[in-house]
Amino acid sequence: MANDVSALGQPASPSAVSLGRIFGTFLKAGLISFGGGAVAYQREYIVSANRWFDDESFLDALEISQALPGLNSVNLSVIVGDKLAGTLGALAAVLGFVLPGAIVIMASGVVWGGQQRNPNVRYFLIGVAAAAVGLLSTVALRLGHKQFVNPLDLGIILASFGAVTFLRVPLYVVLLVIAPCAVWLYHRGADGVAIEQRARHLRERLRHRHVMYIRH
Amino acid sequence: MARPINLIWVFALLSILAVGGGTAVLPEMERLTVQHFHWITEGQFRDMYSLGQVAPGPNMTMVLLIGYKVSGALGALAVGLAFFLPDCILTLVVHRMWDRLKSSPWRTAVQHGMAPVAIGLMASGTYAVARLSIFNLTSLLIAAAVFVLLLWRHFNPVLLVLAGGLAYMLLPHVVHLFPH
Repeated sequence: MANDVSALGQPASPSAVSLGRIFGTFLKAGLISFGGGAVAYQREYIVSANRWFDDESFLDALEISQALPGLNSVNLSVIVGDKLAGTLGALAAVLGFVLPGAIVIMASGVVWGGQQRNPNVRYFLIGVAAAAVGLLSTVALRLGHKQFVNPLDLGIILASFGAVTFLRVPLYVVLLVIAPCAVWLYHRGADGVAIEQRARHLRERLRHRHVMYIRH
Repeated sequence: MARPINLIWVFALLSILAVGGGTAVLPEMERLTVQHFHWITEGQFRDMYSLGQVAPGPNMTMVLLIGYKVSGALGALAVGLAFFLPDCILTLVVHRMWDRLKSSPWRTAVQHGMAPVAIGLMASGTYAVARLSIFNLTSLLIAAAVFVLLLWRHFNPVLLVLAGGLAYMLLPHVVHLFPH
């Protein structure tokens, strides 16, 4: 029954997917996604392998996940799980997705706890963090390639970066002051056509990012 | 010894503030757990972050280690729930009414206004990791090499991150020009 529905490429009906299957699928995605870009691995399972979502509804879910606080991949698990089997489905998806990493990190943390004075372990982890800086820089650059060349966006980027990094302003203050200003500036400046245009841009960006992710 | 109740509210706060994902909240996490509460040292914070980089799934499972360091297994569980649950509930509630919000002109304004804020916060998270890990020629070269390689071609990031760790461990032994 579930296969009949998926064969048409449409999202399966909520009753069609069992909690165990949701948990198992997200467990696999959580186990094989290494080094960030977890969303791409989730797409493999959600869109390609199981056809639970088509590409368009996956992008919709990704858009919501990015707009809300929290990790994109975890928020996405919530939305997909909820669409497939309600609140319990969301719980099964999140638990499945986070559990492998949680177990590995706890195990490695216990080992690391006993090896903190080992210089090689320390050097290795410093190198990992340094490499992560290179990685994070490319992610920020790619995500913001349009914003970095738009004066208003660049101003907002510099304001939030400077407030947190140099002025040491608590994050909630930044989010309560800078974020509403940014939203208000866009709301005020946006007539109907501009909104449509920007929505299209945003969508293209998501698609672009999405393609970039699945290339590895 | 910190009480788990402090762990819970700190990480629940970080959860709600994580606009732009885990990286965006790193400076605040460091400020609260290292500078304010002295639960861990800067070096431990960096090492826990690095362990998160090489573990599967979301990198931010590293928060469990902070909870574990502060109050054992119960602390890890408390932090896990506090850091993940609020965002999950928020997402569950908001995505169900998303279609109703879709037509609101505020929705696009929120998305477009928040995008540069999120990028600025991600940049500050990147800077926070850099401050703790880049302090000599060797680490600077590793960060630069990963940056250039990823712009040039799409490598699997975890391989580059592991290579960075090995390079920092081994390079100073091989070439004496590079310090530890």
